[in-house]
Amino acid sequence: MVQLTLPKNSRMTSGKTWPKPANAKNLKEFHIYRWNPDDGKNPSVDTYFVDLDDCGPMILDAIIKIKNEIDPTLTFRRSCREGICGSCAMNIDGINTLACTYGMAEVKGVVKIYPLPHMPVIKDLIPDLTHFYAQHASIKPWLETETPAPVKEWKQSVDDRSKLDGLYECIMCACCSTSCPSYWWNGDRYLGPAALLHAYRWIIDSRDEGTGERLDELEDPFKLYRCHTIMNCAKTCPKGLNPALAISQIKKLMVERTV
Amino acid sequence: MSYLTDRKRATGLGSAKSGAAHHWSMTISSVALLVLIPLFVFTFGSALGGTYEEILAYYSRPFPAIVAVLTIAVTFKHFNGGVQTLIEDYVHGMAQKVSMIVMTCISYGAAAVGIFAIAKLAL
Repeated sequence: MVQLTLPKNSRMTSGKTWPKPANAKNLKEFHIYRWNPDDGKNPSVDTYFVDLDDCGPMILDAIIKIKNEIDPTLTFRRSCREGICGSCAMNIDGINTLACTYGMAEVKGVVKIYPLPHMPVIKDLIPDLTHFYAQHASIKPWLETETPAPVKEWKQSVDDRSKLDGLYECIMCACCSTSCPSYWWNGDRYLGPAALLHAYRWIIDSRDEGTGERLDELEDPFKLYRCHTIMNCAKTCPKGLNPALAISQIKKLMVERTV
Repeated sequence: MSYLTDRKRATGLGSAKSGAAHHWSMTISSVALLVLIPLFVFTFGSALGGTYEEILAYYSRPFPAIVAVLTIAVTFKHFNGGVQTLIEDYVHGMAQKVSMIVMTCISYGAAAVGIFAIAKLAL
C-alpha cells in the first residue's frame, strides 16, 4: 500500500543556523537538508548565509562556497559544473534540477535545497541511484544487431539520425524519474521516464535490430504502463527534453504492432 | 536484506508481455464515450422532469434506449479498466487482488442494474 506519511526516522527536525559572514551586505539565505547516516539523528534543515557579492551566480557556486568556507561536512555530488554530467541534480526551490545550471537569481527569497525526492539518501544531498542505474542498464542501452558488423560503419541517413534528437541528450541526472509520482509509488517495477526515454532512443534507432525484443521487454503493466502522462518529467528536465512524449511514442508502437 | 544483485532487482519477474491490449481497449472506450456521453446527456436531459408515462414512452423508442444502454455498458467497462489502473498504482499485495475483484463485481453489477432498468422501461 502506498505510504503517505514519513517513517519516524525520516521526520524532519530543526537544524543548525550557521553564522552570517562578516561584513557582507548582499546576503542570500539557504535552507539545506542534512542527514548523516553515522550520527543516528533524524534529518534536519540547516540555515546558511552566503555573500552574493563574493560568489558565482549559480546555486552550485553557493553550495561549493558553503562547503569551502562555512561547513565542510555538507555533502553533495558535483563534477562538470556545466550541465553535462548530471551529478549535481537536487531539488532546488521545489524543482528537480541541476545546481550548476540553475541561477541564484531564479529563486526569490530563501533558497531551499533538498535531495532528489523519494530516493534513499546516502548523506545530505546525495541520493542512492543504484536502482535507477540498474533500470537503465536493464533496457540494454546499446546497439543490438544480428547482421555482422559492416567493415567500416553502420550507416544512418540524416533523417533517421534526426529522430534521435531530443533523446540522445539525456544525461541521466534522474531529475525526471524522481519527479514522477508513478515512480515514487511504483519505482521498484516502473522503469521511470529516464530509462524509458533511453529505451525509445534505441527502439527508434534505424541501425538497431532488436526493436521487437525491446518492445516485448517493455510491454508490461508496470514497466511501461504506469506512465499516466502526468508530465512532471518534461516540466522538470534541466535539458529541456520530453520523456513523456518518448513514452507515448513507445505506447503508440505497442498498439501499431498489435492492431 | 537479501543478496540480490541490482540488476536482478531491476529486472524482477521480467515483462508480463501484456498491457498494450488494456491500453488500446481504454483508448477505444474513451473514443466511444466521447460520442456516447453527449448523446446520452441530450437524450436523458430532454426526458428529465417528465411524468412516469412520458419517460416510459420516451424510453420505449429505440434511439434513447440504445444510447442509454450503450452509455451504461461502455462507461462501466471504462470505469473497470480505469479503476484497475488506479488500484495497481496505489494498492499492493493481497489487498490489490481483493480490490480488483470487488471493483470488477461493482462494475459489472452496476452495468447489469442499469441495463436491466432501461430494458424494463423499453420493453
